[in-house]
Amino acid sequence: MKAPHFEYEKPATLADALRLLSAGGDNAKVLAGGQSLGPLLNLRMARPDLLVDIRTLPELRACEDDADSVTLGAAVTHAAIEDGQVPDPTHGLLARVAQGIAYRAVRNRGTLGGSLAHADPAADWVTTMVLLDAELRVAGADGERVLRVEDLVEGPLSTCLAPDEIIVSVRLPRLSADARWSYYKFNRKPGEFAEAIAAVVHDPARGVVRAVLGAMEGAPHVIPDPHALLGGDIDALAADIVTRSGFAPDTYEHRVHAVTLRRAVAGLA
Amino acid sequence: MTRIALKVNGQAVERDVAPRRNLVDFLRDELNLTGTNVGCEHGVCGACTLEIDGAPARSCIAFAVACDGASVRTIEGFDDDPVMIELRAAFNAEHALQCGYCTPGMLVTARDIVTRLPDADEARIREELSGNLCRCTGYVGIVRAIVSVMAARKSSGGGR
Ligand SMILES: Cc1cc2nc3c(=O)[nH]c(=O)nc-3n(C[C@H](O)[C@H](O)[C@H](O)COP(=O)(O)OP(=O)(O)OC[C@H]3O[C@@H](n4cnc5c(N)ncnc54)[C@H](O)[C@@H]3O)c2cc1C
Ligand code: FES
Ligand code: FES
Repeated sequence: MKAPHFEYEKPATLADALRLLSAGGDNAKVLAGGQSLGPLLNLRMARPDLLVDIRTLPELRACEDDADSVTLGAAVTHAAIEDGQVPDPTHGLLARVAQGIAYRAVRNRGTLGGSLAHADPAADWVTTMVLLDAELRVAGADGERVLRVEDLVEGPLSTCLAPDEIIVSVRLPRLSADARWSYYKFNRKPGEFAEAIAAVVHDPARGVVRAVLGAMEGAPHVIPDPHALLGGDIDALAADIVTRSGFAPDTYEHRVHAVTLRRAVAGLA
Repeated sequence: MTRIALKVNGQAVERDVAPRRNLVDFLRDELNLTGTNVGCEHGVCGACTLEIDGAPARSCIAFAVACDGASVRTIEGFDDDPVMIELRAAFNAEHALQCGYCTPGMLVTARDIVTRLPDADEARIREELSGNLCRCTGYVGIVRAIVSVMAARKSSGGGR
């Protein structure tokens, strides 16, 4: 199908974009790479009156690199991350995740901020940024706020962002030199959305152990006691964690998530 | 309607478009460039793949209005491209197409693989091709064609 009628604006500054969005009310939407919104429009699952194109706003493309963090502009593409064109404070996790998202033609257009704002439960950046405990800088009509990605997603395709708010950038803590990470995405065909994701980061120098299950019903599940994953009987533990995350035992989803978690933990070694 | 100015296959084009007009319909219906095919219209099948500003993109989920100022290259724009000349010959030799519906998008992706990943092995080539569906060939000929172009370019010291 084809997209329904909409108006289109491409403002030159973030301030103009915010003004257009607040004037447009609930029926105005941000357009970034269009790799999720395009399909939704063509399927007529989204019917905005106005699209505000933010893909080339300089404020959303800027990246910063300091001693303990890296800030990536929200309009940085998956392909730019895959190719190492932007700083990566994770020693390769970002490039690895990027390469597994969709297909190159999609990665050339799709953006980090768009993926987070779209909040598909199976989106790779949503799980990755929760794993890394990244923060968002969000701009709105009344100024800016900072938000943990962990607090962003409220449910499938639903976030706590107001319709006239724009994600400007994502700030990632820098992992220490001896930090280890593992990211396992289970899907049947390369480039598809995940059926299950599990990811672990262990950064002893910073005292950080985090483990996350992705491709859940809504937001990623942050595993409450991740230290236990670093030793012990992983088979029983993984099954127990997946049960406590909300999947009924002996279902397909439970098994897939448990296997995915076991593989992620094995990948850490 | 919104006025847009862009380059299509090297030629400057200026037109009024409705914002809802996707890039592939704009090219096919208004510029009569029917080489690019349309399949799923939601980014999955790869039939509509072409280049925007030198990088492969889906033209079914790109809006023409958002391509103002861009440089678009469709399969028609690759006639004299040296890599594409080799790929066309290899697709022919390896029976890498049957009905041809996927072929324009497949060639754009194949060219991206050959130029961006000159050292890719067969597994990587298959992974990179996963965003272009072919219902006829079973992919074996397509993979062989790409492998053969890469090998030939390597043995000739292949530049771009
Ligand atoms: C065939 C296909 C396969 C895919 N496979 C995967 C996959 O395996 N894994 C995966 O993670 N993703 C996958 N995707 C989705 C892809 O990653 C999208 O690029 C991404 O979800 C959206 O980014 P975008 O820049 O294209 O956003 P858009 O499509 O432009 O926008 C998406 C939503 O976010 C909003 N938005 C965009 N930018 C901002 C911002 N800065 N601030 C506030 N709101 C904003 C828009 O209003 C819209 O609601 C796939 C997409 C396709 C077409
Ligand atoms: S028609 Fe564009 S990807 Fe299928
Ligand atoms: S040749 Fe028919 S779809 Fe590929």
